[in-house]
Amino acid sequence: MRAWKRHGRGERARYVAVLDPAEASVLRGLVGQVDDMLSGRADAGPQDELAELTGIRTGPSTAPDDPVLARLLPDFHRPDAEGGAGADGVALSAAMRSVNEPELIAAKRDAIATLLASCPGGGGRVELTVPQAEAWLTAVNDVRLALGTALEVTEDMPERLPPDDPRTDHLPVYHWLTWLQDSLLTVLLP
Amino acid sequence: MRRAMGSSSAALRPPVLSAPVEPAPTVEELPDELVGADTPWQTIVWNDPINLMSYVTYVFQKIFGYDKQKATALMMDVHQKGRATVSSGSREKVEGDVAKLHAAGLWATMQRSS
Repeated sequence: MRAWKRHGRGERARYVAVLDPAEASVLRGLVGQVDDMLSGRADAGPQDELAELTGIRTGPSTAPDDPVLARLLPDFHRPDAEGGAGADGVALSAAMRSVNEPELIAAKRDAIATLLASCPGGGGRVELTVPQAEAWLTAVNDVRLALGTALEVTEDMPERLPPDDPRTDHLPVYHWLTWLQDSLLTVLLP
Repeated sequence: MRRAMGSSSAALRPPVLSAPVEPAPTVEELPDELVGADTPWQTIVWNDPINLMSYVTYVFQKIFGYDKQKATALMMDVHQKGRATVSSGSREKVEGDVAKLHAAGLWATMQRSS
């Protein structure tokens, strides 16, 4: 694909790019994997009769064991950091997660659904409204967080890894997602 | 059409939050609304190696309505000092800010003002 282009201004602006079939397939596949992880986490949340009656969902009170999910769904408080609340902070973090996590997962899955609905499966022209472009930014960033965490990306990650590094085949995808996100940001910000 | 993979080069790659860059202006003093006596909770954003500097600046503008200069200065504080206080207020307000930052993929936490 080439860089994103903007047509028009303000609310009527449209953001346009053309994805080839392989690009659309990779993007949709990765976004779908993140969606599966998030929905799995949501399904594992506590269910109770009160929640069913009131419609108010509560989530788990502890962070996911999986480092990728833990990065997508961070704690609300760092008890041991400077300014942290120690043992009280652990309870605070648990309470905040329980209240906020279902909504956070829903927001991330909404952005993913918007991307999947506006990205043709076989590739081709993508034309986004401002809200759709914002959802793409969020969903692509979540995929970068997931992939970057899985690949243990560092700030000085080289462009290519040695051939015997197990991550070597996946790194170009990560760099491409970075480029896609940065390109969209460039046209989204006036 | 450009090939999907390998289209970027190291020199052109957009900087991530924790990448080294030239010194830039930072937030010397927090504005009054961030340090007032009736603002007992703070929203902290932490440095990470994945989020792009451009994206973090965009998120601060979008969520808090900060102008580009202020959003950029806060981003640079995160980048150079490892953390920055990006908003403050009641516990409910700060909790909402942290939730919005998490939705955007930033690493944010809340704590009592010291």
